[in-house]
Amino acid sequence: MVERTSLSIRDLAVQFESEQGVVRALDGVSFDLQAGRTLGIVGESGCGKSVTARSILRLVDRPGRITGGRILLDPGTPAQADLVALNPDSRQMRAVRGGRIGLIFQEPMTALSVHYTVGNQIMEAVLQHSGASPQEARARAIELLREVGIPRPELRLDSYPFELSGGLRQRVGIAMALAGDPDIVIADEPTTALDVTTQAQILALLRGLQERKRIALMLITHDMGVIAEMADDVAVMYLGRIVGFAPVMELFKAPRHPYTRALLRAVPSILAAPRQRLSTIGGAVPHPGLRPTGCAFHPRCTEALEGRCAREAPPPIPPGQAGASCFLAEAVA
Amino acid sequence: MLIYLLRRLGLALVTCVFISVVAFVIIRLPPGDFVDAFIANLAASGSSVSAEQAEAMRRDYGLDQPVLIQYVRWVGRVLHGDFGVSMVWRRPVTEVIGDRLWLTMVVSLAALFLTWTIALPIGIYSAVRQYSLGDYFFTTLGFIGLAVPNFLLALILMYLGFRYLGLNVGGLFSAEYVQAPWSLARVWDLTKHLPLPAAVLALAGTAQLIRIMRANLLDELRKPYVVTARAKGLTERRAILKYPVRAALNPFASSIAYLFPYLVSGSIIVSLVLGLPTVGPLLLQALVAQDMFLAGAIVLLLGVMTVVGTLVSDLLLMWIDPRIRLEGGA
Amino acid sequence: MSATTIAALPDGAVAEARFAQATQLQLTWWRFRRHKLAMVSLVVVALFYSVAVFADFLATSDPHATDARRSFIPPQGIHLFDDSGFNPHVYGLRGVRDPRSFKLAYTPDPARKLPVRLFAQGYSYHLFGLFETDIHLLGLEGGARTDGIFLLGTDQLGRDLFSRMMVATRVSLSIGLAGVALSLLLGVLLGGISGLYGGWVDTLIQRVIEVLRSIPTIPLWMGLAAALPNTWSVTQVYLAITVIISLIGWTELARVVRGRFLSLREEDFVVAAELAGASQMRIIFRHMLPSFASHVIAAVSLALPAMIVSETSLSFLGLGLRPPAVSWGILLQDAQNIQVLSGAPWLLSAAVPVTLVILAFNFLGDGLRDAADPYG
Repeated sequence: MVERTSLSIRDLAVQFESEQGVVRALDGVSFDLQAGRTLGIVGESGCGKSVTARSILRLVDRPGRITGGRILLDPGTPAQADLVALNPDSRQMRAVRGGRIGLIFQEPMTALSVHYTVGNQIMEAVLQHSGASPQEARARAIELLREVGIPRPELRLDSYPFELSGGLRQRVGIAMALAGDPDIVIADEPTTALDVTTQAQILALLRGLQERKRIALMLITHDMGVIAEMADDVAVMYLGRIVGFAPVMELFKAPRHPYTRALLRAVPSILAAPRQRLSTIGGAVPHPGLRPTGCAFHPRCTEALEGRCAREAPPPIPPGQAGASCFLAEAVA
Repeated sequence: MLIYLLRRLGLALVTCVFISVVAFVIIRLPPGDFVDAFIANLAASGSSVSAEQAEAMRRDYGLDQPVLIQYVRWVGRVLHGDFGVSMVWRRPVTEVIGDRLWLTMVVSLAALFLTWTIALPIGIYSAVRQYSLGDYFFTTLGFIGLAVPNFLLALILMYLGFRYLGLNVGGLFSAEYVQAPWSLARVWDLTKHLPLPAAVLALAGTAQLIRIMRANLLDELRKPYVVTARAKGLTERRAILKYPVRAALNPFASSIAYLFPYLVSGSIIVSLVLGLPTVGPLLLQALVAQDMFLAGAIVLLLGVMTVVGTLVSDLLLMWIDPRIRLEGGA
Repeated sequence: MSATTIAALPDGAVAEARFAQATQLQLTWWRFRRHKLAMVSLVVVALFYSVAVFADFLATSDPHATDARRSFIPPQGIHLFDDSGFNPHVYGLRGVRDPRSFKLAYTPDPARKLPVRLFAQGYSYHLFGLFETDIHLLGLEGGARTDGIFLLGTDQLGRDLFSRMMVATRVSLSIGLAGVALSLLLGVLLGGISGLYGGWVDTLIQRVIEVLRSIPTIPLWMGLAAALPNTWSVTQVYLAITVIISLIGWTELARVVRGRFLSLREEDFVVAAELAGASQMRIIFRHMLPSFASHVIAAVSLALPAMIVSETSLSFLGLGLRPPAVSWGILLQDAQNIQVLSGAPWLLSAAVPVTLVILAFNFLGDGLRDAADPYG
């Protein structure tokens, strides 16, 4: 099943400049999003997952800026457009935001404004991307709310976000992301702030919507469980780079990067022996401004090669191919 | 919402009672009573009062009764609009105060209005263009505004106006309208004179509000819902004006609640310097002359009007914040 | 999880360890030092307070000595050089009879040079209120009793404005401090009780604060201050004014303290201490107080200028301190009359220290407030 590639990211680099120095938040990230498929992006806090999402929409706040790479919408087609080349405030870029690429947030509470009704905020997005009249936009908003499984949408439309539960709010967030009928959706930790049962419902909803609308979904999470359930392909990020990429089955069966292995070991398992200590990854993610030399993971890596890993950086993975950015993986292959 | 409303009303009422107690204390506080002061006052102008007359006066004003009863009787009279007689002016207090109370409010409200209209756009500008040249300019200006007490500013303006323009910049009316009865022309004359004292009064508050607006908006600009708005494809301008500015307006609106008493306060002292016909100079005269009925009435009326102003601003806040409107919590 | 939260970290791994172990106040101080404007303000405030301490030493002539004949002498600079080289001097005064009013008035006479000396003898005073001395930083050598150094000119009664300003600085700054100390006591006590116990006590105190804040303060102060008996001594009035000012001033501090208590009560480390069975006193003094001391310091430095303005306003109206006490407000009182002011604009000079001190305290307080959230 070869799907259309909706979005291609090549060598994306983002820097944050501050008094303390330059922080390379993204350092040559490449991947593809395909229609109807889900790309899971995993990694610890601070690895650059959210920055990736924001860069695609050109919403990186100062002092951050994109310093290199390309973000190609509809690559290989006559309509191909490089989002990096666009002015972030241009009409074209604004048409992409919400219209081509929808964004779903982690915190359904803070991602919605408390000062306007749910309907107001959804209709605004509808109006932004279509020539609908206010009545049509209202009808469309009700339809959207029904689509994301909100009961009695006609009534909910006039509620304020603080009158809704967390799960309902996240559904509103999804409806809002879909309001402009985008074919690419970026979900930034969409279930992190929800309780477990609600999580499952939201994930099911996302999967259903994706299948129906052939959406290219980019799912950012730190939860390996969510990855296993949702993703077709998985990219593992560490300190602004993709260190591992594989189809989901392959990743869980034969993880190639030591970091991926460590992440998988840290997942609590229902099969584990009682009282068994949960494995952790030693140390903490270094401050992005203090990136270690060589392979950035080597200080925490249990399998680091003496001498080599501290000096040389392993080559990045070619986009679209399964692999790991690690000297050990090279030796195996 | 009703609960919120009732609570605000209740609090306003308690505040008014408290103010009345303070006003009463001010009336009673000077050593000796009002009759002693009256006698001293008469003595100064050459006439005298016999001991019997003094006793009769004391009985008249109920000064031989316990304090609590005096207070209740005083409040009762006040509620009927009888604030007593001014000793210095030998006329009813209400007559002496006359238009001055309203002019005080007009000046304070004009300052409040000015504060808002200036602080809002500048605050937004400073937050959105943080660390720009304009931001630094307004921040510096704001700090100076905060640091110069408004009576000093009034003094300096008076001096500059007198020195370099050769005119007296004070007052609220041109000479021909000072004693004139109210007419459209007089109102227009007042409108022309209002900006200067209003600006002097507004400066410190404006500086403060710019800082509040800037800080709040900076906070709000970092909130995820701003990204949501931008991710919808809204223009930067619309995304900011509709969402974070709206949110930052709340503390801005509630700032009237404390800004208004502050402006009324300031108007008293600025009026003295600029010679405005508000209650300010009258209050000072009354206090210096120990004309306590007049002073107490002014303190009471000022306080009550301020409470009413604050109450109005609270209701306004309730109206713009859906959380209070719908839930009734504070 | 964005990279924008990297804020303020000292460089290097060693510094990071230092950072992790530092107390709250140390962290605050480190952050504060990076605030250039606040550091400058700290120096300015320190200078002002040293003026307050050494007021009499810095005064060039007796601030209370009146001489109607030398009224309204314009400010005089010290001339550093004359024909013979370096020889700091001021001009002596010469009596001139006004041809119309026949009043004798003194004007500077360039023909009479009076040498200025360091550590000269002048009127006697008590240094730190203890040691009697008559040494002043600057003084004249020789000259008549009416001569003097009038750096900022003289007022209507012929008193030297510069010397009066020095003494006024002491009064104005100390009344601010005393007022804040009293407010702080009330604020921490009531705010603490309010934040710690909650419930109806909290509600009551909050309502009292709201009531106090919704009253226009100046008329209230005026009323209370005017009621002070005429017979009271300067010291009694000083104390009474302090009390009156802080009666209103404590509300803001109480608000800050209560807010900190409320948010700290929810903090993990306080809950942890509670679970570990620490006594309430221990939690308050060992865990909570240190973590909001810097907030309180910041609030105090923002409350100080308000106190100073209050005193200045009251004295300016003639309802605050009473002569012979000298404060900035009392100095400015002389500038109230526009006719007098246009003839002797130097009477406004007390506006400069008022503005400077308020500005410095505001910057200082802002810097402290920013620094008080080291992790924020």
